[in-house]
Amino acid sequence: MSGPPPRPPVSKFDRTSRRLVMNYVVAGLCGASVLVVLYPLLDIVYTAFIQGGGVLFQAGFLTDTQPPPCSAISCNTVGIGPDIEGTLIMVGLASLIAVPLGTFAAIFASEYKGRGLGRAISFTADVLTGMPSIIVGAFVYTYFVLYAPTIELSPQVIIPSAIAGALALAIIMLPIIVRTTEEALRIVPNSIREAALALGIPKWKSTLRIVFVTSLPGALTGILLAVMRAAGEAAPILFTAAGSPYYAQNLNQPTAALPLLIYTFALSPSSNWLKVAWGATLFLLIMVLTANIIARLMIHRMAVRMGRI
Amino acid sequence: MSSTKLRARNLTAYYGSKAAITGISIDFPERAVTAIIGPSGCGKSTFIRCLNRLHETAPRASVEGQVLLDGENIYDLDPVRVRRRIGMVFQKPNPFVTMSIYANVSAALRFNGRHSRAETEVIVARSLEHAALWEEVKDRIDAPAISLSGGQQQRLCIARALAAQPEVLLMDEPCSALDPIATSKIEELVKRLKSEYTVVIVTHNMQQAARVADYTAFLYLGKLVEFGPTEELFERPKDKLTEAYITGRFG
Repeated sequence: MSGPPPRPPVSKFDRTSRRLVMNYVVAGLCGASVLVVLYPLLDIVYTAFIQGGGVLFQAGFLTDTQPPPCSAISCNTVGIGPDIEGTLIMVGLASLIAVPLGTFAAIFASEYKGRGLGRAISFTADVLTGMPSIIVGAFVYTYFVLYAPTIELSPQVIIPSAIAGALALAIIMLPIIVRTTEEALRIVPNSIREAALALGIPKWKSTLRIVFVTSLPGALTGILLAVMRAAGEAAPILFTAAGSPYYAQNLNQPTAALPLLIYTFALSPSSNWLKVAWGATLFLLIMVLTANIIARLMIHRMAVRMGRI
Repeated sequence: MSSTKLRARNLTAYYGSKAAITGISIDFPERAVTAIIGPSGCGKSTFIRCLNRLHETAPRASVEGQVLLDGENIYDLDPVRVRRRIGMVFQKPNPFVTMSIYANVSAALRFNGRHSRAETEVIVARSLEHAALWEEVKDRIDAPAISLSGGQQQRLCIARALAAQPEVLLMDEPCSALDPIATSKIEELVKRLKSEYTVVIVTHNMQQAARVADYTAFLYLGKLVEFGPTEELFERPKDKLTEAYITGRFG
C-alpha cells in the first residue's frame, strides 16, 4: 500500500495567511459598526446629562408648573410637574387599553391560528407597526376631537384630552404588544400544549394558565418596549392631548406630557425654556432607562427560573 | 385472556389526504401492557395518538373508525373528558417549565377538579411513589421541575399522568430520550403499573417490548401485521414480515 498522496507545494503567501487577514478585516468591520451604532446613544445620554443635569436637581423641578417664557434670572422658577403627571396618566391609560387587547389578540393569532382571523391580526399588526405615528395622532384627532362637537350629548370631549391622547398612544402600543407576544407564544414548544391537552385540561385553561405563562418573559418584554415607546412619543399626542401648562384636573381637558414639553420648549428662543427642555429630556431618559433595566432584570430572572437561559 | 379495556376498530388516521395508518383493529386487554412495535415511520405514534384523540389536534389531521373505551366510542364523547380517562406520556420529557415538581404533578387535579389541598397532597405523593420518584424528590417538592435530570423529568411526567387518575396509560416511546439506567427504571415502573392500569407502550426497541409487554402488536407501513401475546409473537411469529422484522432483517 502506498502512503497518503504528497501535499502540493505551499506558496509563499498561502491560504492560511489570507484567511487570517480576511478574519481581521471582517472582525474590524463588525467592531467599527458597533462603535458607530453606540455613538448616538452615548452622545445623547452624555449631552442630556451635561445640559440638563443642573436643572434636573433644582428644588421643585419635578413638582412645579412650567415657567413663563423669559430669559431673566428672576423667572428662574421652573418645573415639569404637570408634564410628568400627564405622561404617567396617558401612558397608564394607554396601557390599560392596549395591554389586555394586544395580549388577547396575540393569543388568538398564535393559539387559534389556521383561521383567517388569526392571520389577519398578524398582518394588521405589521401594517400598524409601520404606520407613521403622526398619522395615528391625526386619526384619533379627527375621530375624538374634531367631530366630537357634532355630538351634542357629549360636549365634554370636544377638546384635546388625556383620553384622546391615551387612545392614540394605545394604537401605537398595540402592534408592538401583539407582535412580540405572538412571537413569545410561538416559541413555547408544542410539547407543552400537548402535555396539557393530554391531561384533559381544556384548551382555554391551558392557553391562559400554562402556555401564556410560559411565554411571559417574552410577552413582558413586548409590553415594556411598547410602554417605553409610548412614553417618548410626541407625534400621536400633539393634537390629541395638545399639552398644557397646568396640572390636569380631569381626563377631558388638554393635558401636558414630557415629549410635548420638549417639543415646544426646545424650539423656543427662551433660554429658560431651553434649560427646562434639557431637564425634561434627561428626566425622560432616566425614567425610560431605569424602567427598562429593572424590567429586564426581572424578566431575565423569570426566564432563568424557567430554564430558558 | 383478561377482559378488554380499550378496542381500536378499523382505525384510519390522515394527515391531510394521506393516510398514516389504515384499518387498524386491536383489543387492548385490561391491566396488561401492550407494546406497539415497528420500524420508524410505520405509524406507531400516529396510532397511539388516536387513542386519546390527540391526533386530531394537529393541523389538517383527521380520524376514521372507532376507539371503544369500556364499549363506548371515544369519538362520540367530549375529547377533554376522554383525555382525563386516558393519560399519556410522551417521547421527550415535557414538564411544565414554569412550575415546581409539586405543581406539575398536581396540574390535572388543580386545573380540572375540585380537590381539597389535603387530598391533592396525598394523590401527588402517591403518584410520585408509583412513578418511583418520591424518594428522590420528597425533600424538594417545591423545586422547579426543570432542575431534575432527564430521566427524573420523564418519571415526573409519568407521575403527572398518573395523578390525573386515568384508567389507561399511553406511552409514546417513553425511553427514547433516556440513558440505559433511566430506561431500566421506567421499564420496572411499567411492569408495576399494569397491576392498576391498562398500559399501551410504543417502542422501536424490540428488546424493550419483550421485557415489559404481555401483548405485542407489530405495525408496518401503517397496517397491523400481527398482534398476540408477546412470547408467541417473538418466538412463533405467524407472519413472514414479523419474522423478518424481529430477526433484524429489516427496519
